Amino acid sequence: METVQHVYESEHEATSTGLPNTKLAMWIFLASDCLLFGALITTYVLYRGSSLVGPYPKDVFDIPYTSVSSFVLLASSLTMVLALAAIQRGDLGRMRVWLLATAMLGMTFVGGQVYEFTTFYREGLKLSTNLFGTTFYVLTGFHGTHVAIGILMLLSLVAMSFTGKITQRESMTVELVGLYWHFVDIVWIVIFTVVYLIPTGK
Amino acid sequence: MQERMIGPGRGARTVRHPSPKEYIKIAIVLAIVTAGEVGIYYADIPRSALIPILFVFAAIKFVLVVLWYMHLRFDSRTYARFFMLGLAGAITLFLVVLLTFKTFAG
Amino acid sequence: MASVSVPGDAVRGGLLRRPRSTVGFWSWVTTVDHKRIGILYGVTAFLFFLVGGIEALFIRLQLAQPDGRILSPSTYNEFFTMHGLTMIFLVVMPLSAAFFNYLIPLMIGARDVAFPRLNAFSYWLFLFAGLFIYSSFALGGAPNGGWFGYAPLSTVEPGHNMLFYSTGLLMAGIASTVSAVNLAVTIINMRAPGMTMFRMPVFIWMALVVQFLLAFSLPIITVGLFEALFDRRFGTHFFDPAAGGDPVLWQHLFWLFGHPEVYILILPAMGIVSEILPVFARKPLFGYQFVVFSGIAIGFIGFGVWAHHMFATGLGPVANTAFGISTMIIAIPTGVKIFNWLGTIWRGDIRFTTPMLFALGFIAQFVVGGLSGVTHAVVPADYQQTDTYYIVAHFHYVLFAGAIFGLFGGMYYWWPKIFGRILNERVGKIQFWIMAVGANLTFGPMHILGLEGMPRRIQTYTPALGLGMWNLVATIGAFTIAVGVLIFIVNAVASFRRPKDAPADPWDARTLEWTIPSPPPPHNFDEIPVVHALDDFWHRKYAETEEGTLVPVPAGGSGTEPPAGSGHGSGHAIHMPSPSYYPAVAALGFPLIGYGVIFHWWMAVVGAVVVLAGLYGWALEPSAE
Repeated sequence: METVQHVYESEHEATSTGLPNTKLAMWIFLASDCLLFGALITTYVLYRGSSLVGPYPKDVFDIPYTSVSSFVLLASSLTMVLALAAIQRGDLGRMRVWLLATAMLGMTFVGGQVYEFTTFYREGLKLSTNLFGTTFYVLTGFHGTHVAIGILMLLSLVAMSFTGKITQRESMTVELVGLYWHFVDIVWIVIFTVVYLIPTGK
Repeated sequence: MQERMIGPGRGARTVRHPSPKEYIKIAIVLAIVTAGEVGIYYADIPRSALIPILFVFAAIKFVLVVLWYMHLRFDSRTYARFFMLGLAGAITLFLVVLLTFKTFAG
Repeated sequence: MASVSVPGDAVRGGLLRRPRSTVGFWSWVTTVDHKRIGILYGVTAFLFFLVGGIEALFIRLQLAQPDGRILSPSTYNEFFTMHGLTMIFLVVMPLSAAFFNYLIPLMIGARDVAFPRLNAFSYWLFLFAGLFIYSSFALGGAPNGGWFGYAPLSTVEPGHNMLFYSTGLLMAGIASTVSAVNLAVTIINMRAPGMTMFRMPVFIWMALVVQFLLAFSLPIITVGLFEALFDRRFGTHFFDPAAGGDPVLWQHLFWLFGHPEVYILILPAMGIVSEILPVFARKPLFGYQFVVFSGIAIGFIGFGVWAHHMFATGLGPVANTAFGISTMIIAIPTGVKIFNWLGTIWRGDIRFTTPMLFALGFIAQFVVGGLSGVTHAVVPADYQQTDTYYIVAHFHYVLFAGAIFGLFGGMYYWWPKIFGRILNERVGKIQFWIMAVGANLTFGPMHILGLEGMPRRIQTYTPALGLGMWNLVATIGAFTIAVGVLIFIVNAVASFRRPKDAPADPWDARTLEWTIPSPPPPHNFDEIPVVHALDDFWHRKYAETEEGTLVPVPAGGSGTEPPAGSGHGSGHAIHMPSPSYYPAVAALGFPLIGYGVIFHWWMAVVGAVVVLAGLYGWALEPSAE
């Protein structure tokens, strides 16, 4: 017979595990998202070095530029977690500041990606140019879309906090958006290494 | 023993949260590791050494974010189990796919 | 008696006033009640079953004789593709979803699923995805590259057909993915007090495994479909050999989903059989834990066999051997289940009701399909079998004579609970026998046809091949099945002419859904039950003497609420989630995006706006008012 554990996280409803439904759902969703990015990264890795024509990665990549983007996204994870800490303390004002900071860092990242894409495009790398263009834009594009959705959620949280919909009692909502945001960050950690840093030998 | 759903008021355990200072420390480590990654990229070492080092650095960052920022170090093991299921599944399946394409051969 | 709060006056604020009604058309559009959503899934899936069946009849008419002229080659391609897509994505999966939706909360003692509006969204998106894919017939042609959409045919062949394939399946995939998360959380987190994981019905265990199969396999095909879509629409080269791409990548991505998918298709039916057999043998399921662990094992190993669909693509001896072995291994847990089912009925007090017949038919016929499956695992043998009708025989035995039979069994079994009427037993038995004869007449000969060399996916064949006789038999079998289905429709329609007088527990069953009225009230349980054992309801009804004879427990729980004081205090208000427009609104945006991707970009923008509007409205409205 299972022992009943007298622990809970949920401020709200009673559940069989003591864990809140929404947080459990978010973790299962993130687990499934691993499969999505796994498939995209695999496609990239499979076709790495197989482009028949250029431009090739070494022709277009600007590692210092992209590493700044990486710093920006990592910093946004810090601001996100500070926002959560703030609302868990009940500090609505600080939460808004940190959420906005996260959103702005996210927008900087996306802006940086857009600039990078347009630069590559001008240098002759389109989706249809070669396998590198095909796999690079689609992988980083999916990631960038995830970031953009995250930014929408962050801004929505800020807006909702002005209508009383986000209070200390609803800190779980901020936590959930945070989990999504950090996931997007760890996917980038993998992409930065696999796509940008690992040399193709070509 | 009468079992019941586990809910509010049934004996709370306060879930430990790191302090903002700890979060900042993690952020500094992440920045240092990233700087290290970029530095190694420019270093003149053979590809066969570079790749494992880069993977280790990436793994360190990955684990730090997941355990501290995503709070898995302090949360119920259940979340970690589901996440690991997806993550391990993805890594295994896609390694097998790449192996069938002989991606790593030569 | 607890009072149930019905949503009160509409609340101002937000674009749309909160719907209130519980009757009428709009109440169905805005419902978040898992029982209604289950019925919606079931009815919709059944209608698609008729459409897919008609497609099958046309295929069989075309193939009944050599040099058939019923369907042109291009139309034939559309028909066999749509038949497969329909039966898999628009019939078996949503029929399973119908049972999941209706029964999961009832069997675990909950009032609804974890996320009722998300539940509604999944249904509407499924419906719109199905209609979207079918609209292709009128908009340039239906998908015609096979349900498996192999590249580069799928990416190179002119026409919009396979764009409908990619976008339509992406939509259906989203619906199933969010539903998977929803139902997984429901099962893990919303069980009644005392219902530990190993006191859950087997059907619930199978449902749980299926949700994880869905959650982990759908993202992979999502990527594949996007890549195929991009190859068509944006000139990418994912599967383009001329640019260095590899069409085999599509096959990996597809089958990494496609194989778990077949377990997604069969496990619900296996769960249903595991519920029916004990009731009509008046014996507990033999080896409950073995059946549960086998289901979990099938789920795991199911992710490790996908390349057995690719034996003929030149993977090489190492990969072929590995996947051949894993495919043989997966037969083991399947076999374990079969033996446990046999152990359940052995020496049982058997009642040969219609649900029982379908369950027994499932076992017999699934074994046939499983045996042919094992022969495919022998790689050199598969070189002969692959892409022939031998394979078609295999999967129709497991999916039609297996899964569909199991689902019909479920329909007969739970019809009284869902609709308050029992389907006519005599008519049901006639239906069963006609369908069983029809199924074996249709798919039995296909083993022979395959081994005689008849390839799959051919529009016709020459007389010289000598394939005509068995093809004709198969066609006769197909029409026999059709008669069986018609009989079911007659039975179903007739049942609605009768009053809703089914008792709560017409079958003398074992699980919690039979403790509440037929049909159940919106809030399911007046008191959430407290569970003390597996098959708790059965133990409340019967005790066993030393000799093993069943004796009814006095003041047993048949059809009544659990003893007072065992649950929450009575008389408190039960708050149910309120109906909502937003799930349907959000879902509506997706086909617009789909049309936009295929035809005009501005439509995709409109669709995206509709989705966002739906999501925002949904996020801002409280779940219950």
